[in-house]
Amino acid sequence: MAKAKGAIVVDVERCKGCQVCMVNCPTDTIGMATEVNGKGYHYAYMKNPENCTGCTNCAIVCPDGVITVYRVKQN
Amino acid sequence: MEVKEIIRPENLVYRRTPLMTDANLSYCPGCGHGTVHRLIMEVVEEMGIQEDTIGIAPVGCSVLAYDFMNIDCTQAAHGRAPAVATGIKRLWPDKYVFTYQGDGDLAAIGTAETIHACNRGENITIFFVNNGIYGMTGGQMAPTTLEGMKSSTSPYGRNNATMGPPYKITEMVAQLEGVHYVTRQAVHKPGPVRKAKKAIRKALELQKENKGLSLIEFVSNCNSGWKMTPNDSNTWMEENMFPFYPMGDI
Repeated sequence: MAKAKGAIVVDVERCKGCQVCMVNCPTDTIGMATEVNGKGYHYAYMKNPENCTGCTNCAIVCPDGVITVYRVKQN
Repeated sequence: MEVKEIIRPENLVYRRTPLMTDANLSYCPGCGHGTVHRLIMEVVEEMGIQEDTIGIAPVGCSVLAYDFMNIDCTQAAHGRAPAVATGIKRLWPDKYVFTYQGDGDLAAIGTAETIHACNRGENITIFFVNNGIYGMTGGQMAPTTLEGMKSSTSPYGRNNATMGPPYKITEMVAQLEGVHYVTRQAVHKPGPVRKAKKAIRKALELQKENKGLSLIEFVSNCNSGWKMTPNDSNTWMEENMFPFYPMGDI
């Protein structure tokens, strides 16, 4: 069965660290960084990049639209 | 496969719509306003009607919506957005006209304009974001505040005996003859977001067919006003707001 592999890119400076993406990620890919961005928020990042399936759930719930999603199908 | 190999333009499946401007959203972290803005702009992009859409911003947190949406926008006096939309739509019947309002704007100060625009069946779309509070001015009680809910002007909780019960303006206008499509949606989780996007598309397509007024209510959170974290406020909303404001078409 073809397996989807995904990756996300977070616009770090726009992220407000609200954690809505983290809770809605079904594969526990997203975590919050210990570092902060220019505004002082702990931004989202890929904690477990190998888990990501590129389902776009995080991107469509992100209130600030900071997440870009990429996906490839592997055989 | 390495992350770097996946991140290539040909593998792109989701990106921020270019119809949202580069301005930083002025909303608090986790606020549903940003999601609703983006969904409307995604639908406008998919329908290819950027040049033919006119938005009307309200007074409230979303007063700066014209800065964030890359379409023609104007801004109305408090609560008067449906009246301004009526004028614009009558001058340009071929344009897509929508208002974007909060609960303080639509259900309190603009009650008369809302109800009469709905009653006349103006061919516009109203996007109504209901978070049960006046968010911008510091969390005062709104007509939509739930019974027992604490706000800065009801510090012991809303008392129905002295303050009146919360009211459902969406159900009220659904009774009116001129209103064609009324629905209540939410944007706190991926499933509801997908449904909300379909509802927005349906409302704008109905406007093309001159079917009459359509109103979409988004039950949203106000984590700053409710004094909660974004995810706690979403859970609180599911447990307390949804029983009183049920989802679905009305």
